Amino acid sequence: MQLRIEPRVTTSIVIQGLAPIIAVTMTLVLGGILFAAMGYPPLETLWAFFIEPISTIYGASELLVKAVPLVIIATGLAIGFRANIWNIGAEGQLTIGAIAATGIGLYFPDQQAVYLLALMFLAGCLGGLFWAGIAAYLRARFHTSEILVTLMLTYIAALILSWLVRGPWRDPAGFNFPQTALLPPAGLIDPIDFAYRVTGSVYFAIFALIAMWFFVARSFQGYKLAVGGAAPRAARYAGFSEKSAIWIGLLTGGAAAGIAGFFEVAGPLGQLSPIISPGYGFAAIIVAFIGRLHPVGILLGGLFLALIYLGGESVQLGYGIPAPITRVFQGLLLFFLLASEFAVSHRIVRVKEAH
Amino acid sequence: MDLFIAIFTGTMIAATPLLFAALGELIVEKSGVLNLGIEGMMLIGAAIAFWLSFNGYSLGIAFIGGALAGMITAGIFAVVALSLLANQYAAGLALAIFGSGVSAMIGTGFGSTPVETLRPIDIPVLSDIWLLGPLLFKFDVLVYLAIALVPATAWWLNHTKSGLVLRTVGESPQTAHAIGYNAIRIRYAAVLYGGAMAGLAGAYMSVAYTAIWVEGMTAGRGWIALSLVVFASWRPYRVLAGAILFGGMTILQLHGQILGLPLPSEVLSAAPYIAAIVVLVMISQNRSRMRLDVPASLAKPFRADG
Repeated sequence: MQLRIEPRVTTSIVIQGLAPIIAVTMTLVLGGILFAAMGYPPLETLWAFFIEPISTIYGASELLVKAVPLVIIATGLAIGFRANIWNIGAEGQLTIGAIAATGIGLYFPDQQAVYLLALMFLAGCLGGLFWAGIAAYLRARFHTSEILVTLMLTYIAALILSWLVRGPWRDPAGFNFPQTALLPPAGLIDPIDFAYRVTGSVYFAIFALIAMWFFVARSFQGYKLAVGGAAPRAARYAGFSEKSAIWIGLLTGGAAAGIAGFFEVAGPLGQLSPIISPGYGFAAIIVAFIGRLHPVGILLGGLFLALIYLGGESVQLGYGIPAPITRVFQGLLLFFLLASEFAVSHRIVRVKEAH
Repeated sequence: MDLFIAIFTGTMIAATPLLFAALGELIVEKSGVLNLGIEGMMLIGAAIAFWLSFNGYSLGIAFIGGALAGMITAGIFAVVALSLLANQYAAGLALAIFGSGVSAMIGTGFGSTPVETLRPIDIPVLSDIWLLGPLLFKFDVLVYLAIALVPATAWWLNHTKSGLVLRTVGESPQTAHAIGYNAIRIRYAAVLYGGAMAGLAGAYMSVAYTAIWVEGMTAGRGWIALSLVVFASWRPYRVLAGAILFGGMTILQLHGQILGLPLPSEVLSAAPYIAAIVVLVMISQNRSRMRLDVPASLAKPFRADG
C-alpha cells in the first residue's frame, strides 16, 4: 500500500475558506517562534502584536483607518486578478491619486466651495485611472507586461511626489520641511467622531465591497472577465474581447487605488509628504489573495492586514522590535496562503500496488 | 578624458549587479519558472553581506554569505511554487515583500557606519597602458566575474547537454519528464542558482557599490533585472548590452547631478525606470517574435504525475 497526493476533484466553500484560516494560524505560530528566536517572550509579544492594538475603541478605529485603503484597493485589484491581469503597481496609482486630489484641494480657485471634496474625489479617481491606464494602453496596444510597467510606474510616481513636495508644491510657511500646505477645511473629511481618526471613507469601502459583489456575481461583464482569466481560449471562442479585459482589469484597480489615495490625503494625512503610504498598494495585493478575490474574504483580509500594521507599530513601541516586521509578516502570510491552497486543493489517497 | 574614463568605469560597475541578477533570472526563466522576487533576494543578500562585513568578516565571506542568503530565500519560493504548485506571480511577490521586510529588520542596527569595500585590482603592466589601462584593467574582481559569466552562460545553455536539458524543461517539462529527467529537481536547481546570483548582486550593491547601508538600497534594480531578461529575449549577450545601457543611465544621472544640469534630480532619477518601460514596449510589440523567444512553459506549474 502506498500513499499518493492527488488533486481534489470537487471543492466546497468550507474547503475554500479553510486555506486563509490555516495561513493565518501558521503565520501566528511562526511569528511566535520568530519572536522567541529574537529573544522576546513569544506569547506576550504575540498578544502585544495581535490583541492589544484593538483592545480599545481608539485601537478599533485605527484598525478601520488602515483597513479602509486596503479594502478599497483590494476590491479593484481583485477584479483584475480574476481576469489574470497583474496590476502590482497600486502603490503608484494611489500616489498619483493623492497628488491629483491634493492639487485640486490646494489650487482650486474657490477654496471654500462646498463641492471641493467632490472635485478632489474625482481628481483622485482620474489620477489613479490615468496611471493604470498607461499600463493598460501599453499592454493592449504593444503587449507589454503590465507587471513590470505598473511597477516601474510606482517608482516614477514616488519620484514625482518627492519632486512636488520638495519643489513647486512645498509649503512656503513649512520651515523648509518637504511637505505641502495643509488642505483647506473644505478639502478635508471630518472624522465621524472627533475623538478618533476614522472618517466616512468607511462607508465608501463598504460600498466598494457591495459594488464588487454585484460586478463579479451579477454582471455579464464580470462573468466575461472571469472566463477570460480562468480559460482564455474559451473566452476567445466566445468572442469576449481580451483588450477590454485588459482595460477593465487594470482600470478598476487604478480607480480604486486613486480613490484610496484621495481618502488618505483628505482624511488622516491632510497634506502630502514624501511618504504617504506604508505600502498599502502592495499589502492590498495580499488582501485580495487572502480574501480569495471575494468581497467577504477581502473585508476579513483587509481587517487582518490592517491589524498586522497596527501590531508592527505596537511591538515597536512596546518591545523595540523594528517596524519592518510588518512586511515580514505580510510576506509570510502570503507564502502560507499559497502553501495552504495546495493543502486544501489536494488530498492524500491510498493506492493499491499493481499485481 | 578623465570624465570619459569615470563614466565608462562607473557604467561597468553599475552594470555588474544587474548582470548577476539578470543572468541568474535568465537561467530560472529558461527552466520555465518566473521568479518575480529578485528584488527581495537582492535585498536579503545585501543585508547579510553587509552584516558579515560589519562584524569583521572578510569580504570573501561576505559575498559568499550574501549569495547563500539569496539561495536560501529562493528555496522558500521554490517549495511554494514548485512543490506546492502555487501561482508563481503571487509567490514571487510574497518573496519581494518578505525580502524587503527581513532586510530592513537586519539593517536597523547598521546606522550609517560604512564598511570596508571591495578594492579594484591593479593588474600589473596592463593597468599602466595609456587609456586602456584605467578603462579595462582597474576593476574589482567581481566586475570581471560578471562579464565572464555572460559567455559562460551562453555557452552552457547552447552547447552543453545539461543546458539543453534545462531548456527542454522550460519548453516542455512533460517531454523532459517522459524521457526520464526529473523536471522538478532541475527547476529547483535553476531557482536556487538564480537566488544565489541575486544574493551576490545584492552583496555587490552593499559592500562594493555603496558600502553604506540604506533601507531598500537596491531601489528597483531587481525589477530592472527582470525587465532586462525580457528585453534581452532570454539571450545572455543581450543581457550584457542591456545591463550596460542601464548601468550607463545610472551613472549619467549621477554625473548630471554633479554637473548641475538644470533639471530636478528626480527627473534624472526617473530615467532608468522610464527607459525600462520604453525598451519593454519596443521589444514586446512584435508579438510573434516574442512568442518564439519566451520559454513555452514559463510560469506554468508542472506536476510530475498529473
